[in-house]
Amino acid sequence: MDKMPAWADAVLVPLISLILAGVLSALVILAIGESPVEAVNYMVKGAFGSTNGWGYTLYYATNFMFTGLAVAVAFHARMFNIGGEGQAMLGGLGVALVCLYIPWPHWSLALIGSITGAAIFGALWAAIPAYLQARRGSHIVITTIMFNFIAFSVLNYVLVNVLKPAGAMDPATAKFPEATHLPTLHDMLAPLGIAFSKSSPANVTLFVALAACVGVYYLIWRTKLGYEIRAYGFSESGAVYAGISPFKIIMVVMLLSGALAGGMAVNNVMGEAERLVMNSVEGAGFIGIAVALMGRSHPFGVFLAAILFGFLYQGGAEMAFWTKIPRELVVVIQALVILFTGALDNMVRMPLEKMFLAMRKKGDA
Amino acid sequence: MTLMQKFLGAAAGIALTAGAAVADPAMIFDLGGKFDKSFNESAFNGATRWAEETGGTFFEIEMQSEAQREQALRRFAEAGANPIVMTGFAFAGALSEVAPDYPDTKFAIIDMVVDQPNVRSVVFNEHEGSYLVGIMAAQASKTGTVSFIGGMDIPLIRKFACGYVQGAKAVNPDIKVIQNMTGTTPAAWNDPVKGSELTKAQIAQGSDVVFAAAGSTGLGVLQTAADENILSIGVDSNQNYIHPGKVLTSMMKRVDNAVYQAMMDGPDMETGFNVMGISNDGIGYAMDENNAALVSADMQAMVDAASAKIASGELVVHDYMSSDSCPVE
Repeated sequence: MDKMPAWADAVLVPLISLILAGVLSALVILAIGESPVEAVNYMVKGAFGSTNGWGYTLYYATNFMFTGLAVAVAFHARMFNIGGEGQAMLGGLGVALVCLYIPWPHWSLALIGSITGAAIFGALWAAIPAYLQARRGSHIVITTIMFNFIAFSVLNYVLVNVLKPAGAMDPATAKFPEATHLPTLHDMLAPLGIAFSKSSPANVTLFVALAACVGVYYLIWRTKLGYEIRAYGFSESGAVYAGISPFKIIMVVMLLSGALAGGMAVNNVMGEAERLVMNSVEGAGFIGIAVALMGRSHPFGVFLAAILFGFLYQGGAEMAFWTKIPRELVVVIQALVILFTGALDNMVRMPLEKMFLAMRKKGDA
Repeated sequence: MTLMQKFLGAAAGIALTAGAAVADPAMIFDLGGKFDKSFNESAFNGATRWAEETGGTFFEIEMQSEAQREQALRRFAEAGANPIVMTGFAFAGALSEVAPDYPDTKFAIIDMVVDQPNVRSVVFNEHEGSYLVGIMAAQASKTGTVSFIGGMDIPLIRKFACGYVQGAKAVNPDIKVIQNMTGTTPAAWNDPVKGSELTKAQIAQGSDVVFAAAGSTGLGVLQTAADENILSIGVDSNQNYIHPGKVLTSMMKRVDNAVYQAMMDGPDMETGFNVMGISNDGIGYAMDENNAALVSADMQAMVDAASAKIASGELVVHDYMSSDSCPVE
């Protein structure tokens, strides 16, 4: 077999890409006259050095798990859903409506309600491009990205004209009622005697995200539907020959994808802000693409990549706090990671593959 | 327990490596970023002026996400920064939750009121400054029609408009004031093309002086006014230089003074409600070589008289936000 071992594909390639991105970032930091060692120090300490840092890292990671899974699920059917941003926005609207207009007696019920609301709104938003792809052949990449802009305008209209409290300055909903406030990791770990930072936003949604990772794994690799999705992704004509309906697969996979992207809103809208603001998604939908690419569309890979990006977000913020490195540079570092792990994948993979093959030939001889 | 000690040690380590120059002030900029040519940049200029004059240093951070607001406040408070200054009404929610946890730290918030014992809330009497430029607009107008272009339609911008109309009517009770808002969303702060279209529409209705209170949208207003050879009035910082000889004046909102003052006061800063108006140089109108030829001695005398009357309390300009309505149109 002219392939390299699975562990090298799954671990070595991303790791080397990361190191390359790190080296390049270090050069950029050097070029603006700051110390890369100090910068890394701040990033690592800031993201993992305290429970407060962990809280933020996990909060961001929760967002990225949802959007990363959304892209990953669709990708198994070779659907490139880049509308996670818009689906998460609409998911936020679903959460806001559920939290504001239903008098919940307890947060646990409100959580179930808002997961449902977020999933339905996200899925419906993905359903239109999915239908257009399945029935009309409109390319899913084009339609989903255009739907991001439509989502922004829709949310804008609803916030300004319907949900904004009278006299308020910014387009945002009122604060959600007390009963819908989700417990943070601090509230959940305190009874176990573990002191976790009170001010960090990580909340119970983290466990919802982990459950979603497990659920996606079972769906894709352990169910008949998952098999059909993967079969369709490998070969559409083969799948049709086997009696799999492309319409059904495209619709199901995109609805699932939209529901997962929408699910992110439970974390940021209900768990953190406790109200819906205009720019609540803040690019997490697009980060999800990088997370899925890096995680090789496997839920465990998505989980690891989400933690990595959570670290980049929180560590980047800490770096911006205590050094003179501007916030734009943090974006540059994130972009380098995406570039190396996503776009320049083959640059690392091909020489590595050659190296493994050469080693194997030596072994054979 | 050892784990906890490790965490505490790490936190202390960060505080130490950060220099932890106790009582250095901190400046937090809103999502617009510190080089927005307007509000945040003015705050940055104030902080820079403080640093240059005192040789001190200050922490600073530009927001990247909504979740960072509370984080930034807490991190700076824990590092010993004092006072902590922030720009924009969007901080109100985070600040009212954080301030009680750090009773020994002083906070200053600009453009919003947060009622906590250790918070200074700085608000500006924009209606007073708008009144002054309204007087100048009415005197400079030859057609008897002047106009106003606002950014996003929020109570704060109506406050500008209401002061402007009052000033114009004080000079000429029969003057016609056309008012337009650019939009109802934050995008309205950054739409110079629409600003330009609105200006053209107002010129078609006879306006020959236009006041723009619309962020970057105003740059389109000023440009079109200069192109069409009518006068314009800038806002927030001194914008007279943008089109010399075409900008009648600028309504100045001295965010830089507010930031400078808060940093000067240091950890002993007095807290409470701080109104920046004409009487304490928080609000004013811009005079420089670029508009000297446009402002007649007569005009200057009348504005200065009104300015003195407002400062002494003899003249009260109606504040739209106090009643959510304006007595004149």
